[in-house]
Amino acid sequence: MNIPLTHILFVSTALFFIGMYGLFTRRNLITMLMAIELILNSVNINFVAFNKYLYPDNLNGVFFTLFIIAIAAAEAAVAIAIIINLYRSHRSIDVEDVREMRG
Amino acid sequence: MNASQVIFYLISAFVLGTAVLAVTSHKIFRSAIWLLFSLIGVAALYFWMQVEFVAAVQIIVYVGGVVVLIIFSIFLTQQSGSEMPKPPLKRMLFSILAVLFGFAFSYNIIANYGFDAATTTKPFNVPVSAIGEQMLDTKQYGFVLPFEVVSMLLLAAMIGCIVIALRSAPKGKPVQKPAAPAGANGASNKPVTGSNMVVEEKSL
Repeated sequence: MNIPLTHILFVSTALFFIGMYGLFTRRNLITMLMAIELILNSVNINFVAFNKYLYPDNLNGVFFTLFIIAIAAAEAAVAIAIIINLYRSHRSIDVEDVREMRG
Repeated sequence: MNASQVIFYLISAFVLGTAVLAVTSHKIFRSAIWLLFSLIGVAALYFWMQVEFVAAVQIIVYVGGVVVLIIFSIFLTQQSGSEMPKPPLKRMLFSILAVLFGFAFSYNIIANYGFDAATTTKPFNVPVSAIGEQMLDTKQYGFVLPFEVVSMLLLAAMIGCIVIALRSAPKGKPVQKPAAPAGANGASNKPVTGSNMVVEEKSL
């Protein structure tokens, strides 16, 4: 158990920027949502790692991780409801095809 | 290099490799499956860091909930075997450049901060009872207020999802109630506003 903290931060930073790459290149709403999930996971890894390595006496990082997971689940559910509604009105979930907000 | 370090590097390589495949695969269903493996790898990383409760929550919520939701929405919105169009080369090139620059910038800051001198070697054990007690504690350092706020947020998100995804009645084609009592109010032919549920059920 003697991995330095910077190696874990390397993994989470790399995961964050992989998610950013997906957000930049994809134009499909579902795959963009997947990229956002990757970004949220990288943040969670950061919180748990900081809690474990820097402040092992209290549990605040674990609580932040739990709340972020709950909010991410709510966000994914709302986003998928919006995507399905968008598909019904536009027959497409490509962001380039959605130019007006009218339903 | 002992077994723990080897396991950490294996898990990290697994997470990053499957994440790269998830954002570059051209078939959307394969992309979702790679995302599933990546999230399982993150849960394994939590197990490695000995926070078993967070790992269990990660598996239940992400792997069991979010990815299944994403797969269902893929099935509802498009053909699973169809290929997505490739991004244009210029956009891909500039995205890679921006991402590499951002990664180098961030990791440079992290590497120069000097975290390793500040790390303690105290054991870090997270009993689930401690999490539960602090989660519902009303005194200082208790998390009961965010807990309640998150529960309200989940309720609001659930109701919002139902309202957003509810299929509205098509305009212009009102569906008449089939068992309209003949002669009771025979002149009026337009559907009553109270029969919206009937209209929605017919259009499903």
